[in-house]
Amino acid sequence: MHGATWVEQIFNLACGLLLLTAVGALWRRETSALIPILAVQGGALTVIAVLLASGHPDATEAMVVAAVVGLLKVVIIPLLLRRVRRLVRNARETRPLVNVATSLLAAAGLCLLAYAAARPLVAVAETPTARATPVGLSLVLIGFFLAATRHRAISQIVGLLLIDNGIAATAFLATDGVPLIVELGVCADLVLAVLVLQVLTARMVHTFGDGDLDDLRELHD
Amino acid sequence: MNLTLLGPVAAPVAGALLAAVLPRRVAAWTSLLAAVGVLAGGLALAARTGPGATLADGLLRADALTAWLVVAVGAVATVACWAGVHHLADLAHRGDLTAGAARRYLVLVQAFLACMTVAVMAANVGLFWVAVEATTIVTAFLVGHQRTRASVEAAWKYVVLCSIGVGIALLGTICVYAAAIAAGPTPAGGLEALNWSYLNRHAAQLDPGLMRLAAGLILLGFGAKAGLVPMHAWLPDAHSQAPAPVSALMSGVLLSVAFYGILRYKSIIDAALGPAYVRTLLLVAGLGSLALAALLLVGQRDYKRLLAYSSIEHMGLIALGTAIGGRLALAAVLLHILGHGLAKAVAFCGAGHLLHQVGSPLITAVRGALTRTPATAGLFGLAVVALLGLPPFALFASEITLARAGFAAGLGAVVTAAFLLVLVAFAAIARHAAGMLLGSAATPSVSPASPPDPASPVPAADPVPPRPPAAAPAPRLGLRWLPLALGLLTAAGLGIWLGPLQPLLDSAALVAAEGIR
Repeated sequence: MHGATWVEQIFNLACGLLLLTAVGALWRRETSALIPILAVQGGALTVIAVLLASGHPDATEAMVVAAVVGLLKVVIIPLLLRRVRRLVRNARETRPLVNVATSLLAAAGLCLLAYAAARPLVAVAETPTARATPVGLSLVLIGFFLAATRHRAISQIVGLLLIDNGIAATAFLATDGVPLIVELGVCADLVLAVLVLQVLTARMVHTFGDGDLDDLRELHD
Repeated sequence: MNLTLLGPVAAPVAGALLAAVLPRRVAAWTSLLAAVGVLAGGLALAARTGPGATLADGLLRADALTAWLVVAVGAVATVACWAGVHHLADLAHRGDLTAGAARRYLVLVQAFLACMTVAVMAANVGLFWVAVEATTIVTAFLVGHQRTRASVEAAWKYVVLCSIGVGIALLGTICVYAAAIAAGPTPAGGLEALNWSYLNRHAAQLDPGLMRLAAGLILLGFGAKAGLVPMHAWLPDAHSQAPAPVSALMSGVLLSVAFYGILRYKSIIDAALGPAYVRTLLLVAGLGSLALAALLLVGQRDYKRLLAYSSIEHMGLIALGTAIGGRLALAAVLLHILGHGLAKAVAFCGAGHLLHQVGSPLITAVRGALTRTPATAGLFGLAVVALLGLPPFALFASEITLARAGFAAGLGAVVTAAFLLVLVAFAAIARHAAGMLLGSAATPSVSPASPPDPASPVPAADPVPPRPPAAAPAPRLGLRWLPLALGLLTAAGLGIWLGPLQPLLDSAALVAAEGIR
């Protein structure tokens, strides 16, 4: 980023959008709103990947990684989520384990925690972009929180995807992205995992009549 | 491409492709052939990787530790795939098997084997991660195959918890990558910085602060997949709901394959941080797993869950041995991995036959099995004896060695506490197993012994109504005892005499203890 301030501004905007969309996912109870939120977050992640790729020593490889990430997070994952959403008729988070106001407070606390946890990463990586690494870890922690406190199958999938976006963001910000072949493997695993969860949601609706994870209490000791 | 390196991966891939096109019976036997191929491939690797010798080509790499793990995967897969032939025949006999379901089962099992061999043969921590996550995906439908409520629940928890757990490990992997590229330029590009051998050679230059963060994330993440406390909650559900041969593979080797990542990382982290950090974390995870398993084994009512908790117990012991460190303890750990894999595979396959004959997963429903079905019950009983760590089986030798190494390393108090917990687990398993196997066969009815309590979760929740034995006449025993007997004989043989495997075990323990040099 050779003093080109607009690049820096877009970069900062994208990082801000990552965090904002994560908090937005906690804020909205309507599960249908989660899908566009995730798509916007995927877009912000793609923008970061493209900006980093322009300054990367192996620019072609980095551009391919950015393209794969964009295709996956902006197109494929929202498409799959829409199919999950169609399976469940009434999918509003009526009574999350932690109410929305407290969730937002928790998100603020998790961001602070992420800043503390990311210190060694920021210290080691020499790039100026590494200073934004705590954003990635915040996404991971907010994703955990979402997956742990919501009752709907689709919310848990969204939590999983937030965690994955956070890991991808951490990888881009701290290391300029993992090597292409690893990124491809990670993306393939992610798509397959969401596909598997989609099929399992369908089975859950079929056997339990609902996508409510509270019904999952057959197995325990 | 090096054929010796490619063999263990190519065999199950070919098996999966053939299973997709061949008719069911032929495909089932072909899958056994592929499993034997993995075992043979592992032995071929063993012959080519002596002390310090490695094979590497592209993304695959093998040393003695890899060869040992491939042998373990192949040995357990041979038992499980052979038992799988009979498992499918039983289902078909009962009329519970469509051609599509059989094909899906066989293809997924082979894909599962391929993922495990890729994981242990990966030259690269990134590829290792991808393969471990892929095992979760291919086994999800095997766990959820019954489409009952319990089965769907188990599969959901399995995929969500393991994906999140392994996701934590990916974050740890990225921290390691950040530390590696900060430590110096990599001549062959970024991919090289993720190689096990590169990380081992440059471990001392990795930033200690970042490695501390990475170590915690990696242990928690791969620990989740290895069934260690605190992220074990998916394990008893998934292992009890999967079909018996799949449970055998998941309990017998998948847990160890995930733990293999921790074994490899340990030497890297130790070189960066000193041995105390990982040792403390592993001791906590190991003792926690042992305590939890002992506690939940005592009141267990379902015999497949009993075996699942026994796996948590054994993974706890493996974590303990790894925490002790050194060549002696790690040789015990590796022997434990193989011995536990074989014994657990036989136990799960035996439990599968019992479930098929009795129709209920409850311990109280199986009474006097030895008099009713002496061959199956006898093999199940012997497998449990092996799991309890009694001689002559391999787990006896490995547990004794582990205790010796622990005392020698000055961890006497921890080892004593651990073996007290093992004793509790021993008593619990022995009591349950004796109840199942011994006693009179005349009263298989459940109701007088334990009235169906609507509040109690397990019996009330059992979605498959117990199938009365009369409704499904047990098919003739045939040769279904043969794979189980072979597995037990091997486990016993390994406990007495390792023979040609001894040098392999020694060099594998050296690699595990001191890393790649």
